[in-house]
Amino acid sequence: MPTIRIDGVEYEMEAGKNLLESCLSLGLDLPYFCWHPAMGSVGACRQCAVVQYLTDEDEQSGRGRIVMGCMTPVTDGAIFSLDGDRAKGFRESVVESLMLNHPHDCPVCAEGGECHLQDMTVMVGHRDRVYRGQKNTHRNQYLGPLINHEMNRCITCYRCTRYYKDYAGGTDLAALASHDHVYFGRHQEGVLESEFAGNLVEVCPTGVFTDKTLVNDYTRKWDLQSAPSVCTGCAVGCNTVPGERYGRLKRVHNRFNAEVNGYFLCDRGRFGANFVNNDERLESPGLRNQTGSYDPVDHHHALQVMAEACSGARVAGIGSPRASVEANYLLRNLVGEDNFSPGFNDREHKLVNLALELQQASSAVTPDIRSIESADVILILGEDLTNTAPRLALALRQSVRNKAFEMAADLRLESWQDAAVRNLAQDQLSPLFIAATGSTRLADVAEENITLAPQNIARLGAAVAASISGHAGEDLEPEIAGHVEAISTALRAAKRPLIISGTSCGNAEVMQTAADVAEALCQSGQQTMLTLTVPEANSLGQAMLAGPDSPSLGKLAADGNFDVLVILENDLYHRAPEPEVERLLATADTVIVLDGLDNRTTSAASLVLPAASFAETEGTLVSLEGRAQRHYPVFAPKGERRPAWVWLLACSKELGLSTAADLHHFDDITRDCAANIADLAGITGAAPDHHFRNAGVKIPRQPHRYSGRTAMRADISVHEPKQPVDEESPLAFTMEGLNRSQPGSLLPFVWAPGWNSNQSLHRFQSEVGGPLRGGTAGMRLLGPGQAKESGPRENPPAFSPTQGQWQLVPRYRIFGSEELSALSLGVAELCEDGYIEIRADDALGLEVGEGDGLNLNDGLATLEVKINNSIAAGCIGYAAGHSGTANLTPGENISLQKAQGWKRRRPQLIGSDRSTEIGSGND
Amino acid sequence: MFKALMSQVRTIWTILQHSFTRAETVQYPEQKPYLAPRYRGRIVLTKDPDGEERCVACNLCAVACPVDCIALQQGVKEDGRWYPEFFRINFSRCIMCGMCEEACPTNAIQLTPDFEMCEYNRSSMVYEKEHLQIEGTGKYHDYNFYRVAGLAITGKDKGQAENEATPIDVKSLLP
Ligand code: SF4
Ligand code: SF4
Ligand code: SF4
Ligand code: SF4
Ligand code: FES
Repeated sequence: MPTIRIDGVEYEMEAGKNLLESCLSLGLDLPYFCWHPAMGSVGACRQCAVVQYLTDEDEQSGRGRIVMGCMTPVTDGAIFSLDGDRAKGFRESVVESLMLNHPHDCPVCAEGGECHLQDMTVMVGHRDRVYRGQKNTHRNQYLGPLINHEMNRCITCYRCTRYYKDYAGGTDLAALASHDHVYFGRHQEGVLESEFAGNLVEVCPTGVFTDKTLVNDYTRKWDLQSAPSVCTGCAVGCNTVPGERYGRLKRVHNRFNAEVNGYFLCDRGRFGANFVNNDERLESPGLRNQTGSYDPVDHHHALQVMAEACSGARVAGIGSPRASVEANYLLRNLVGEDNFSPGFNDREHKLVNLALELQQASSAVTPDIRSIESADVILILGEDLTNTAPRLALALRQSVRNKAFEMAADLRLESWQDAAVRNLAQDQLSPLFIAATGSTRLADVAEENITLAPQNIARLGAAVAASISGHAGEDLEPEIAGHVEAISTALRAAKRPLIISGTSCGNAEVMQTAADVAEALCQSGQQTMLTLTVPEANSLGQAMLAGPDSPSLGKLAADGNFDVLVILENDLYHRAPEPEVERLLATADTVIVLDGLDNRTTSAASLVLPAASFAETEGTLVSLEGRAQRHYPVFAPKGERRPAWVWLLACSKELGLSTAADLHHFDDITRDCAANIADLAGITGAAPDHHFRNAGVKIPRQPHRYSGRTAMRADISVHEPKQPVDEESPLAFTMEGLNRSQPGSLLPFVWAPGWNSNQSLHRFQSEVGGPLRGGTAGMRLLGPGQAKESGPRENPPAFSPTQGQWQLVPRYRIFGSEELSALSLGVAELCEDGYIEIRADDALGLEVGEGDGLNLNDGLATLEVKINNSIAAGCIGYAAGHSGTANLTPGENISLQKAQGWKRRRPQLIGSDRSTEIGSGND
Repeated sequence: MFKALMSQVRTIWTILQHSFTRAETVQYPEQKPYLAPRYRGRIVLTKDPDGEERCVACNLCAVACPVDCIALQQGVKEDGRWYPEFFRINFSRCIMCGMCEEACPTNAIQLTPDFEMCEYNRSSMVYEKEHLQIEGTGKYHDYNFYRVAGLAITGKDKGQAENEATPIDVKSLLP
């Protein structure tokens, strides 16, 4: 370990790091702008200047030279000065020059109070603007409904373009113009294309890029009440910090988890949680009356009605992969194991259970995100990852750079030398092979993009597996055969191969063969990783809870003769074909629905109970890598809303169920579930229980500067009520307590003295960029499994298109394919109505063009046509999860007719486009 | 001993002298004392010289308030200005310390020489924006935040604030 001297004090440093990150890890304050722990150094801003001395005499006589901390490797015996007048003076003058053109905006800037520029300005001690010249100004751009642009505030640190282009692979944000005219924006106004654009809000150290929803309903960071939470947008389970004020969810920020999401979220996660504020949220329990409308009742009455209906009756329960393990577990106990459906539709049921089974049985490891980023050869079978598990796609964009890091290592170039490493590698990437039903959003970094029908993707997978394990493959179609050699050669040569597949293409064989490829690699002694994606935040948890033998929705409808059907947070009309749902609902006399938002299923119920959203309740979710993670209420639910587990526990107690007798707290349910469900035995390890205290006190949800406590509710009453008491967790709804050194699962916000922005995170990490001090959040439930012996598998049958029939393949969109995020402000503007994607030659044959309507199977659905030539021949894509597509099943063969009387939609107008044109000067 | 005695005598002499000076105490409420404009009494929200709401809902007063008796919510007007959708001061908590006025970057919030705020009902001490907002500029007559700030609003485009150059044309090749 090199020893260096800083201002006369000797420190032992880790080799291979730069001085800036080493100083921050030591807790020393060294200002910076352009360096980012996930993106390395370029030395652009000159803010991290220190003085370096060559010899002791130089230090005594003060003859040193100014170097940039972020570009200086720590070498044994080096002597630096951080606090010397020259270093300090230099750093102050850098901020002074950055401030020459800075607008007088802090009071009306959404970054204020968590602005890295403010922090650094105070840190270097710059106060007065001496320069009397005019300030440069810029016009802003409209960048879509999610991100606000205020270019005057830019300090040209280049973090945004380095993140957007280099890190996230975006193409539509760039540094324009030159010298002091430099401008960061698009070539013309328009919605930012990248699915990860939202991270600009946190990456930009100033208020240039801010969260537009927040800007329009703004609250300062110090006024936000927040709690550790988990994104419910997809199964990746990114860790988040949602912030609340006045009962409204204001924004979502990233919560660092070294193994799940690192520093970044996708835009579905960041902007898709606003449905919590939706007007369609249910306020109070409702009892259907004679006329079919709902009478509001209070929770006592509602519970009595529910208990009366359930007592002595044959009750079936439908759980939900978007509800917590605990709520589902209680429902399962309430209705009995045999009558509990995890709430999957038939295909999902099969696929999710298979995904779980394959991972449990595979000798390959299910990687966390750091391992994914270390992969050197990747094969994706059937997934458009950017739209189905977005954060993983961002990780893959880093994995393909391993080639660059290898080349750098050969030249003994540090990996944090970002510009140098990129220059060295140019566009050389580690191999990524994608076989999918159409083009994917990772196509630009893939070595080969292969478009095939799902059956043929499976055949490709099987051939690769056979080739790796040396079995002779059978004769393959030329479109497949041409790729097998390249893929298997690359995989065999890989040090850390990664195979990715999942449920999204709707084909079990595809997943199966992906697991076979991974197994074949393991057999040949390679350290292999296997990731299988599943659809929703708790899909895997549901499979673990209910198992493959539990009834799917279709099975329940077929068996069903129930008196009562209890449906937990599951809009069946969104999930399964309409006739099946009608049949299912008709099996029971009484339908009781617990959900947060009004939807078609709640409208079919006789009793509706308003459930708290993810932001108002605790719960455990199991992510696609089998990580159990706990989320906590950010604020107490309003009025008669209750967490689903509270409703179900109260009902179980009302019914006098013995299984519920010993359950009092949320933790009791978690423990009970862990004790009774073998696969979920680890969930108690997801987070400490409610007895945990941090150095004897609770952990505050509010920052210590939280304002307005004696006025917030004064319009209702001047008698200030006690803050709500949280008896279910170690967190408190107050500003009292200690937010330091606690376990990672309990980190509600980051703040440190002098560091108001999210850059304060390094004070919570064991070292800069490393895991949180209190340990990484979550508990892995999947270990590497033991493969069952199996000979070479039969090759799956090839896809043979029938004349006049097309095979349906689901296509996903980050905005629109997920049900709840699509109801969020901003995101809703970017969601489209359902559509189908069809090849131009097929469209020509059907005499339709872009924007026309197509009838599927004589009335199964009527959808708008989009031309997409990348769709595999013989297939048509449909926008999964979008309106009008619930009746469609992946893999189904359907006929198409031009829809008569179809009205073309007008060109889509986006609400927030209204006044913003170049030159109008509005923002 | 002698020193202590003298001190006593001097004190008594001083007190005696006061018997002949003008009384500071006034017969309030019949007689009103003079209160300087900077006296710290009832709080108002002022308008800028152009008659627009000065408060930009920056929340600095609220966070500066030691008793946390200010609560507000920001909103954005059609013309691009930030403004408080609601602004509430709970005067039954306010200690008239003036920290909010110190913190305010726009001179919007000001304390006035009115201290007569007795109420029988504590809830009448809760002032909403309509009770706080006055028409004038208060003590500071000239300041208009938006003339200085870089944020563009209707009627003040980019480059039109004080000390601002005209917006840069990104597409120009001129130096
Ligand atoms: S970017 Fe920071 S310093 Fe600049 S106006 Fe916004 S809050 Fe103030
Ligand atoms: S927009 Fe933000 S991130 Fe980009 S250069 Fe300017 S200050 Fe840096
Ligand atoms: S990748 Fe998934 S879990 Fe992560 S932020 Fe996006 S939607 Fe949420
Ligand atoms: S400090 Fe001034 S401008 Fe800011 S919220 Fe308070 S009154 Fe309004
Ligand atoms: S952080 Fe080192 S030069 Fe910018």
